[in-house]
Amino acid sequence: MLRNDRWWLQPLATVLGLLAFVAYGTWTAFRGNHYFVGYPRDYLSPFYSPCLVNSCGKAADFGHLGGIGTVSPALVILIFPMGFRLTCYYYRKAYYRSFWASPPACAVADAGSTSPSGLRSHYSGETRFPLVLQNAHRYFWYFAVLFACILTWDAVEAFRFPGGIGMGLGTLFFVINAALIWIYTLGCHACRHICGGSAKRFSRSRVRYRFWRDVFTPLNHHHQLFAWMSLIFIAWTDLYVYLVSTGAVHDPRFF
Amino acid sequence: MPEEREIVMKLWRGDAGGGAFETYKLPAQEGEVVLDVVHRIQATKAPDLAVRWNCKAGKCGSCSAEINGRPRLMCMTRMSSLPIGEITVSPMRGFPIMRDLVTDVSYNFEVAKQIPSFTPAPKPPGGYRMSQVDIDRGQEFHKCIECFLCQNVCHVIRDHEDNKRVYAGPRFFVRLAELEMHPLDTLDRRAYISEAMGIGLCNITKCCTEVCPEDIHITDNAIIPLKERVVDARYDPVAWLGRKLLGRPAPLSAVQAARYTGAASSAARSPSARAVPASPETASSTGLPAD
Repeated sequence: MLRNDRWWLQPLATVLGLLAFVAYGTWTAFRGNHYFVGYPRDYLSPFYSPCLVNSCGKAADFGHLGGIGTVSPALVILIFPMGFRLTCYYYRKAYYRSFWASPPACAVADAGSTSPSGLRSHYSGETRFPLVLQNAHRYFWYFAVLFACILTWDAVEAFRFPGGIGMGLGTLFFVINAALIWIYTLGCHACRHICGGSAKRFSRSRVRYRFWRDVFTPLNHHHQLFAWMSLIFIAWTDLYVYLVSTGAVHDPRFF
Repeated sequence: MPEEREIVMKLWRGDAGGGAFETYKLPAQEGEVVLDVVHRIQATKAPDLAVRWNCKAGKCGSCSAEINGRPRLMCMTRMSSLPIGEITVSPMRGFPIMRDLVTDVSYNFEVAKQIPSFTPAPKPPGGYRMSQVDIDRGQEFHKCIECFLCQNVCHVIRDHEDNKRVYAGPRFFVRLAELEMHPLDTLDRRAYISEAMGIGLCNITKCCTEVCPEDIHITDNAIIPLKERVVDARYDPVAWLGRKLLGRPAPLSAVQAARYTGAASSAARSPSARAVPASPETASSTGLPAD
């Protein structure tokens, strides 16, 4: 090992950050309660939105599709955002480096590059099942846009107070959460390609070029930052809803 | 009078048959880069030391090496930017060692021959026109100085030498992106990029971007756009349906695209087996410590 700097710090921080989110997400997804604050607030946890099953009761803004027994509604919903993040180009880098050590850091050998017999092991990258499915990222992005719209609606609903429009601290969290989700979704590499980058000649697609240059590319440049910010804020918004719902925290109203 | 500081530099000395690090000590001088110190060692202590360099200004891409295990240009690494203590300079691990710090980078030139060339539509002289917005996107790729640090650090070939037969590497994805985004180019290389250039092997861990001395965003602006273009051509059923409904041509096959390469040998034109040998004498087999 010729690298004598602390190259292991970044993969370690990534492992700890992602494991913390997975642990929190698992707890909240299987919890199945305290995901909605009804009267006098209208807060629905982003982990459970859109809530479409009978057990969601008043939280089902978009109607009821039926029952799923005792299964937590979050487990049905989370497949799509989870798929979007799992196939995201930034998160791929993060978990290939930190969990698979392929490679753990630049100029540091792959964990699996040499077999116990001393022979170099075969590496197939993203060419075979299941990793070839990473190419489905753009389909998850389509769903991600839908979910960003739904979370925006949740943020609008969070302004609904008895007697009209109001704003509480939770409303602010919902607005920030929706904004971060939009920024992360519009900074996606697949979005950048589909909405502009695929054009051979920008001069023949001026509108796409302007969006590509002024919106998608600047957001894409900070994709890693917004991937983490949006991830953390989803968990924070859910935790806030849980705390308000259980009565542990009082949600202050601004107006 | 201030105390004179001493540099302790370990240089790799050896050839394809093997070698070892040798330690050199010499007084520090103000404002030096690593290449300056290597030259001073060559001038005063090891006149037979082999080191490749040319411009000493970060523009020729000749003095690529690994400094404290990190791929960098020796001429662009200031001594003052390195941590105090022993400094290690070794040749690029990804390529066969010729002697001391000099490696054989001819693998890259073999891959370059496999790139399907720029193919504009036939027009009379003076008939080609390009808009500035179309040219701007490719300017970043023109900055490449072919130092091959990205090729050296890419773990797909650095840690798995057998992939040299089927994988072009980051530098050539930059070249392919430049061609694919060229406003006058008409050739569809997407199937070729997937089958013959092996872009699916890249797992976008961005080491190429991290080491690029020209700050080219290799992964974000070249490799991922190419991956998305390959998805358009090979993995997207909606794009396939769109082509069928709109009567657009199917993507050019890899075999057809291979006809536009500059390679002379017939083997080189086969997308499944490029004529690039996996070299057995890369740095990892000549006694350099493991990564």
